[in-house]
Amino acid sequence: MVLNFISGLLESAIRTGCPIMLCGLGCLFCSKSGIINFAMEGVMTMGAFFAVFGSYLTGNPWIGLLMGIAAGVVSNFILGIMAITVKVNQVVVGAGLNSLCIGLSSYLLTVCYPDGVPSQVTGFSYVTLKSLASVPIIGVIFNEQVLTYIAFLCVPAIAFIINKTSFGMALRACGEQPHAADSLGINVVRKRYTAILISGIFGGLGGAALSLGQLSVFSVGMVAGRGYMAWSAVTIGRYGPVGVMLASLLFGLASALQVRMQAIGIAIPSQFFSMFPYVLTMIVLVSVVGRTVGPKAIGKPFIKGER
Amino acid sequence: MTVKIGKAEVEVKKRKKKNGFIYKFSGILIAFVLVLLITALIIALSGKNPLMAFSYMFQGAFSTEYNIGETIIKTCPLLLCSLGLCICYRAGLTSIGAEGQMAMGGLMATIAGVYFTSLPRAVLIPVCMIMGMIGGGVWAGIVGYLKAKWGISEIINTIMMNYIAAYIVTYMCSGPIQEPPYTFIQSSQLQSSAFLTKLIQGTRIHGGVILAFVSIFIVYFLLWKSPLGYQMRAVGLNQAAARTSGINVTKNLILSMALSGVFCGLAGAVEIMGLHHRLMPGFTSNLGFDAMAIALLGGLHPLGATVASLFFGALRAGASTMQHAMQVPASLVDIIQGLVVILVLTQHVFSDFVIRITSSKKRLARVEKEE
Repeated sequence: MVLNFISGLLESAIRTGCPIMLCGLGCLFCSKSGIINFAMEGVMTMGAFFAVFGSYLTGNPWIGLLMGIAAGVVSNFILGIMAITVKVNQVVVGAGLNSLCIGLSSYLLTVCYPDGVPSQVTGFSYVTLKSLASVPIIGVIFNEQVLTYIAFLCVPAIAFIINKTSFGMALRACGEQPHAADSLGINVVRKRYTAILISGIFGGLGGAALSLGQLSVFSVGMVAGRGYMAWSAVTIGRYGPVGVMLASLLFGLASALQVRMQAIGIAIPSQFFSMFPYVLTMIVLVSVVGRTVGPKAIGKPFIKGER
Repeated sequence: MTVKIGKAEVEVKKRKKKNGFIYKFSGILIAFVLVLLITALIIALSGKNPLMAFSYMFQGAFSTEYNIGETIIKTCPLLLCSLGLCICYRAGLTSIGAEGQMAMGGLMATIAGVYFTSLPRAVLIPVCMIMGMIGGGVWAGIVGYLKAKWGISEIINTIMMNYIAAYIVTYMCSGPIQEPPYTFIQSSQLQSSAFLTKLIQGTRIHGGVILAFVSIFIVYFLLWKSPLGYQMRAVGLNQAAARTSGINVTKNLILSMALSGVFCGLAGAVEIMGLHHRLMPGFTSNLGFDAMAIALLGGLHPLGATVASLFFGALRAGASTMQHAMQVPASLVDIIQGLVVILVLTQHVFSDFVIRITSSKKRLARVEKEE
């Protein structure tokens, strides 16, 4: 009974945490290059919508995934133009973009499905690693959807890219000391646009993992703050991919726990359970993480030649 | 760059002179034209007539006394919130928390308005407002304290506090202060002595409007004519320099955040006391998020914020009329607001360009003349 509870909790924590993790990794790239990706909520929404729409049109979830990624890249690119070329306050642009994307998704929902919104489209199938799935308690981890495996494989890959490759070093230089990087011949603008591109890909992936990976359906407001969660995961994870993973899993665990506690029927009003992930975030921030030092130039537009 | 559209020719080139009235306002104008064009496209795609939609929108915001009143009513909370945000943005704190602070302000004002039955009207109204201000101020103050003492990101904390505030309001409305017979998720109605006075008959304009108007001057004097405001702005410009010149950075950070919460809380209280007369979940309806854009678009100055919130107020009033009359999806309003924020922020880029539309004939004539 207890074992079942724990393994169920684990499984659902990973399922809920995975979209947040993918988007969080996207936000990480932006942060490292010096951009606050506050638009992740909207990017995720667009990714989620177009992934389902693509799968609806073609019946193939992989094409849906590609459409979701494309939508994520396009919407993130708007942020890129505003943040890098137009040089405006990135948080406010992000908020505007979120409002635009969320409005657009619910508008498109009425336009794109002339025959009514389908209750389900073709989603991803489950992949079971047979030898590992029979392990008690943690075996459930190895019966997940393709995207979940991809997400977890991305973590070491990104850690390598950011810490060990020359691209990653240049990217971090753009986030810490863009003018020094510029004087060494690094094209700061191009590096930041690359970060925006990668971040858009991950945003679209995260959105697809949310809509196609879980219920295979898109509903208005289904993102429900996960984009903000993903963005917070970067700070809570101390600006590292492994940290982002742990923070996202923490969010996943909190929401899984919240749902289960409500189901058990403890005599506490449901709203307090719903609050739990958010309160936990604040507690973790205060108690464990404390003062985080982000990239120095984060949120500051790069103006060539200015001191 | 020139593009030929039929017989007309559109020419876009970089502006040489970068001063004067036209330079300043052409960007805003182009931004609005672009917003209108994109919106028209979206409306047309959904099979409605965009011109009719815009005329409904304009009517909804400005046509009759009642509609102008609606614009002003919608402006009032936006203005109060954006004034509050001006304070903490000037101190270098990026607050996303206006929404949650407003909700807490509304909650506290409701508790006072429903349960302080023995107070006379002259005392009850200020008490409700002060309760609202305390609610918002404390809610923001927590974030300010965590930021100033431990350096914990105020952006994340304000987002989290928004969600927590929303759940607290839902809990209160479905539990402790729910209206008997407990069927709807909303609080009991305020006592009528806590309602704000209607200023003009036939409209919904209430006393909160005066309060918002006075607040413009209060925030201006606070930020630019008082030592406290000077210190806050100094902290916002350069914390290290402020600290070395003997300014208490910690105190100023907490205070600026709390003060911004006070205005947002007041906005929530005014919304409840003047308009809804009861608390219900979601009464803040994203006003707090719009206020962020307004504060920024208004250049973090009370006067700029006033103009920007009047515009957003008109947009909200007009959009709701349009939506009822034309049956366009409600999400169109979100789209328009997002477009306005993005394109208006881009205005200084637009104003670097000159756009000239000429018919081919006229152009030929000009070219010949030049030769």
